[in-house]
Amino acid sequence: MSAMPSPGAARTRPAAAAADDPRAALLTTQLKKVRYRADALIEVLHAVQDIYGYLSPEVLHTVADALQLPPSRVLGVATFYHLFSFEPRGDHICTVCTGTACFVKGADALVAGVSEAFGVAKGGTKEDRSLSLLEARCIGSCGLAPAALVDGAMVAKATPERLVETVRTAMAAAPAASASAEPESPAGGVA
Amino acid sequence: MSVNNEVDLFDIAHKEREEQAAFRRTVLCCGSTACLSGGAQAAIDAIQAGVTEKGLQQEVRVVATGCMGLCSRGPLVKVRTRGEDDVLYADVDAATGTRIAEEHLVAGKPVEDVRMSLEHPFFARQERVVLENMGEIDPNRIEDYIAHGGYRALRDAVTTMTPAGVVGIVQRSGLRGRGGGGYPAGSKWALLAKAQSDQKSIIANGDEGDPGAYMDRTVMEDDPHRVLEGMAIAAFATGASKGYIYVRAEYPVAVRRLEQAIRQAKRNKLLGKNLFGSEFSFDVEIRIGAGAFVCGEETALMASIMGQRGTPVLRPPYPTERGLWGHPSMINNVETLANVPTILRRGPDWFADIGTETSRGTKVFALAGKLNNTGLIEVPMGITLREIVEEIGGGVAGGKAFKAAQTGGPSGGCIPAKHLDTPVDYDSLMALGSIMGSGGLIVMDEDVSMPEVARFFMRFCMDESCGKCLPCRAGTYEMHELLEALIAGRGTAATLVRLETLCDVVRTNSLCGLGQTAPNPVLSTLHYFRSEYEALLVPEGAHLAGLPGAHGATAAAHAGAAAGRSAAGERSA
Repeated sequence: MSAMPSPGAARTRPAAAAADDPRAALLTTQLKKVRYRADALIEVLHAVQDIYGYLSPEVLHTVADALQLPPSRVLGVATFYHLFSFEPRGDHICTVCTGTACFVKGADALVAGVSEAFGVAKGGTKEDRSLSLLEARCIGSCGLAPAALVDGAMVAKATPERLVETVRTAMAAAPAASASAEPESPAGGVA
Repeated sequence: MSVNNEVDLFDIAHKEREEQAAFRRTVLCCGSTACLSGGAQAAIDAIQAGVTEKGLQQEVRVVATGCMGLCSRGPLVKVRTRGEDDVLYADVDAATGTRIAEEHLVAGKPVEDVRMSLEHPFFARQERVVLENMGEIDPNRIEDYIAHGGYRALRDAVTTMTPAGVVGIVQRSGLRGRGGGGYPAGSKWALLAKAQSDQKSIIANGDEGDPGAYMDRTVMEDDPHRVLEGMAIAAFATGASKGYIYVRAEYPVAVRRLEQAIRQAKRNKLLGKNLFGSEFSFDVEIRIGAGAFVCGEETALMASIMGQRGTPVLRPPYPTERGLWGHPSMINNVETLANVPTILRRGPDWFADIGTETSRGTKVFALAGKLNNTGLIEVPMGITLREIVEEIGGGVAGGKAFKAAQTGGPSGGCIPAKHLDTPVDYDSLMALGSIMGSGGLIVMDEDVSMPEVARFFMRFCMDESCGKCLPCRAGTYEMHELLEALIAGRGTAATLVRLETLCDVVRTNSLCGLGQTAPNPVLSTLHYFRSEYEALLVPEGAHLAGLPGAHGATAAAHAGAAAGRSAAGERSA
C-alpha cells in the first residue's frame, strides 16, 4: 500500500572492497545505522566523503550494492550535488565564500590572492596535494564578509594578505588530520 | 493515553525561572557562529575566569546565547542585573572580558568605553517575534526555552483546541510564507488538513540557498525548539504524524543543535507518541542536503529527502495532494514555522496588527554588504528600505554613496536609491521588479558595477540549474555568455536586445521557480541602471569574432554543450 521503502528488505553485505581497511568498517557502521535504506543514499554519500575524503568509483559501487541501487542511480545522485568530490583533496583546504555579500566585498581578490601565492588553481588541488582552494556558495556569515575558511576555521573580514598568511601558517604546522574532522566547519565548497 | 505521557511545562518553567532568579547578575554572551569566529569563546572564558577568580559563582551566571544581531560589532555581551537596566558591550575580546568581570561584575561599574547604547537605532528600530529569544536563552537547553514560554502554545493547541481551530488562527493572523513566495500559510495548512490520507508529513525547509542569507540558519542554530514547536503545531492542525527538517550541509552547527533539540524534546515527551496525553503523535527527522540551490524548490526538495537527484517536477499535483512517497505533504519555510508558536501564544489579532494590510507581521533580514552595521534584523513589514539602510544599517560605510539594495538573491532584483522610500512588503517589492525573497538584503555602494552583479547571479543560476528543462539549462548559460561578452567589451546593441529577449524566454518557459526568476537580476539592473550596460557597448562590427551567438547559429551548439555538461557530472571539484 505504501511506496515507503521497507527497511525489512535490507540485506547485509560486505561494505567495502578491502576487508582489512578500517574505513570499510566505519562505512558498514553507517550503512547499518540507516538500515540499508535506499532513500538514505545522500546520507551514506556524506558518510563516504567523511570517511574516505572523496567518492571513488570503487566505493560508489560498494554503496550501490549495499543499498541495492543501480550504480547509475548512485553516480547520478552523487554528481548532482555540489558538495561531493570525486578526487582526493589536499591536506589543507582553503574555502573562500563567494556569496553575494562576500562578492560585493571582494571575494574575487581573496581567491586570486591565495591562487597566486600558492600556485593552486581555483577549485583545484596543488599537485603535491598540500592545498586545495575551493569556493563556497555562501557559508552564512554575511555580516562578517568577506569570509573564508582555512581547515574549517573562519577568517572573518578577510584581506588577501591576511588569508594568505593564515594559509601559510596552517601549512607550516603539522598537516591537518582532515578538514572534515573539524566539527564546527561548514562542509566546504565547490569549484 | 497514560499519565506518563503528560508533561508539566509549568513545573519545568517554574524550576528554571527560580534557578535563574537566584543569580543577581546574568552575563549573556553571544555564542553564535559569527561571534565565535570573531573570538567570542575567548571573551566568554575570560568573563567566566573572572567570575570564578572573584568567587562570584553564586551571584553571577554566564550564558552563551544565540545571535544578538549586530554581527559587525561582535562579539557582543549583555550584562543583566536585578533591578537595573541592561548594559551592552560591543567588540568584546578577552582583555575586555576581564575588564567587564573586574569593573562591572565585581565593582558594579559598567565599562563605559566599550559600552554600546541599547537605544542605538540598530536595536531600537527592530521588532522581535521570530527572534524574540535570540540573545536571551541558551540554545542548548530546552529548560531555558520552556522558561521563556516555549511549548506552551503546543500544549494549549493539543489540549484545548481543535485542529480546525488552529488552522483558523493561522489564517486569521495573515501569516504568509517567509521563504519568498508569500503564499498564505493558513491556506496551505487548510489544504493539507483537507487531504485524506493515513499518512501526512510536514517539511521544514531549511535549505537556505540564497547566497547572502542566514536567517534560517540562525533560527535553527540559536532557537531550535521554536522550529520543532512550530512543526508540531502544524502537524496537529493538519493531521500529520511525521516531520522532516531539510537542512543545508553547509550548516553543521544547525544540524547538531536540531539533533540535540529533538533528543531533548523526546525525553520531555514533547515529541513522540500521544503528546500531552492526547491521540496526537508526532516525530521529526533531519535530512541533510548536499549543495544544490534548486532543492529549495518544493518538489526538488522532496526528491532530495527521498535520496534522489533534486530535480523539480511540474505542479499540480501540489505536495499537499501528492508529496513524499506519494502521501500528502506540506512544506513551510523555517521562519514561517518559527512565527507560529508566538502567534498562538499572543493571538492572531496581535500578529495581524504588526505590518501592513497585505503583509502581516515581521520579517527577518540578513543585512549585509557595504553598510556600517551588518547583521541579523527583524523589522515590522512596511518599514521603508531607507529606514533599514540609513537608520538600522547606519548608512553606507566609508562615506560612499548608496547605489542599490539587492533583495531576493538570485531570484530577486536591485532596488535603486530613488525607491528607498518604498515600504518593505511582498507586493511593493514585487512592483519594483524584485521580491521579498527569504530575507537577504545586500547593500551596494557606488563602486559596484551592476552588469557584474547581474553576471554574478547569472553564473550562480547557470551553475545551479538542474538541467532538466531546456529554457533554464541553455538559457542561463547563454545569458551568462552574453553578459560575459558585454563586460569584456564585445557586446553591441544587438547583444543587449538578445539578452532581453532571452530573459523573456527563460522567464516564461522554465519549469520551476529557479528558471522563471533567473532573469530577474538582469531585468532589474537593466531597468534601473541601463546606462551602465550601454556604456559597455561597442559599435556593430567591432570585435565581432568571438561574440557568442553573433550569427544566430550557435545557440543550438551552446544548448548541446550545456546539456552535455549537466549530464557528465561536471560538479566534481
